[in-house]
Amino acid sequence: MATGELNPSHYPAQRAANVVKHYLNTRYGSPYRWVGLHKVHSANAEEVAESGRKYHLEISVQEMTGNTTEKCSAEVLFPALENQRSPQVQASCEALLTANTTAQEEALYQQYRRNHTLLSGHNLPDSYGHIDPDMKPLWHLGGVASSFVMLKESTENTLYNMAQVANVTQLETENDQLRFNYHVLLHDMVSQEIIHWKLLVTWSPAEGVKVLQMEELPKCEHCEVPPKPN
Amino acid sequence: MGPALLVLLSLVGATTVERVQYDYYKYHPMSEITDWMDMIAKNYSDVASLVEYGKTYENRPISLLKIGPTTGVRKKAIWMDCGIHAREWISPAFCQYFVKQLLETYKTDSQIKEMMTNMDFYVTPVLNIDGYIYTWTTDRLWRKSRSPGALGCNCSCDCNGTDLNRNFNANWGTVGVSFNCCSQVYPGSKPLSESEAQAVVDFVEKRKDDILCFLTIHSYGQLLLVPYGHPSIAAPNYDELMKVGLAAAEAIKKVHGMEYTVGTSPDVLYANSGSSRDWARLTGINFSYTFELRDKGEHGFKLPEEQIQPTCEEAYSGAMHIISYVHDKTFKGTGSAAATATATLWMVLLAVGAALL
Repeated sequence: MATGELNPSHYPAQRAANVVKHYLNTRYGSPYRWVGLHKVHSANAEEVAESGRKYHLEISVQEMTGNTTEKCSAEVLFPALENQRSPQVQASCEALLTANTTAQEEALYQQYRRNHTLLSGHNLPDSYGHIDPDMKPLWHLGGVASSFVMLKESTENTLYNMAQVANVTQLETENDQLRFNYHVLLHDMVSQEIIHWKLLVTWSPAEGVKVLQMEELPKCEHCEVPPKPN
Repeated sequence: MGPALLVLLSLVGATTVERVQYDYYKYHPMSEITDWMDMIAKNYSDVASLVEYGKTYENRPISLLKIGPTTGVRKKAIWMDCGIHAREWISPAFCQYFVKQLLETYKTDSQIKEMMTNMDFYVTPVLNIDGYIYTWTTDRLWRKSRSPGALGCNCSCDCNGTDLNRNFNANWGTVGVSFNCCSQVYPGSKPLSESEAQAVVDFVEKRKDDILCFLTIHSYGQLLLVPYGHPSIAAPNYDELMKVGLAAAEAIKKVHGMEYTVGTSPDVLYANSGSSRDWARLTGINFSYTFELRDKGEHGFKLPEEQIQPTCEEAYSGAMHIISYVHDKTFKGTGSAAATATATLWMVLLAVGAALL
């Protein structure tokens, strides 16, 4: 893997930037704030003895729920193989994604709390890419929750996006946190695999999104997860 | 059902060729695409014909639309294939749009008219028909063909299929593959083990001296990929491929502001081997590109139908930039290729002139 100044449009910088995107979602994401990568402006990488490889990135991100982009500076440390697997990220963004979503979040939170029947949905988006407007916040929330998994699972040899929310079911609210069971399908561009995960997700405007449990599902019984390509 | 019904109604009433209703901005199941191809060949029979050139694993005919007037001489050609990967639905949608654009503009747009006089367009709307149908009936996110898993593929999952875009004889099986039959990038038991890939090779190889440009359409990622997928092999005309690719990306951006990254696959995406693009370039087709259409991961393979039109418009602009560059280089440039082509053109004009007398 290259070190020094990296071509921002080449894959090493792009994959590292994708990790930053997932990190930002875990920190700031909500049903009304789902962060996407807009552009990588500059990147460089260095070997850090006994730790791994560290990327410094200048990127722009955009909120997929709105139309704003903002600049962020970030560092991503991919650990050396012997260490723990998840990358470590630090990031600071210019305006810290401050598009004011508070009112919408509060309204949605109250609406979901008041529901007498618990919400559920499946196949978001559907085969035609369509999502019912009512289900969009749950789709965004699934995307944000998936970022917790995608952040944890990312390496220099992966590029993850959420392909679909297969299923979402609301559970009883506990401790003022809305709770949901999610079954999501993640796509890794490098291996081209679709990976199934089950997530137990909580959310409130005050606490943000948390993933209490995550479990990878095998594609079917008796199946091992296919090895990554060479 | 709606679009198919509209097609039937218009065929019943049609006396002219222009009134064909087909919604190019919705995704169509294979049966509707097949009907559409038949309809195009029938209603534009002076410039369009259906050519069957192979069979899928499940024995379905693989066909392309050949677009271009017959001029009585051997013509140069452009190749475009869509739907190598089953789940990339925007890709077949683009091939259909591309055909529509050619047929709607060739009579009035002098540039298109000239290109179609000099070159035929071979457009395959869906190459991996079995896989595409499978995404409609069973698994929307299927990628590979539907041939059975190899012997010894002992997983009880759906470990069938070969990645058609790893199956071509171009540094086959070297990088970007997994020999686990369950893998989405399983390259097959050997090069061209898949009848779909073999069909492309059979058709294109016979015509390789005539095919000027090979475009293979995929999603997602917003990329224009140039040969080769192997990190250690550079195409001799890399600089020119990049120059033309970057200009095509500029043309794309002008349409709706979308940015497409241009480069080799090992640079901007990942190393890979056995792709149709690489095979075409190795075979001697100098201009060979992979288009990865919208988006960048938000919807991924499930691009919303309301994005079909803008995506097709920008991709058309990009493809046309490459095609017109290649056309102008061949027919208007200097050098022996242009001289031969110009001589051919004179023969055509003389023949047409004689026929009018």
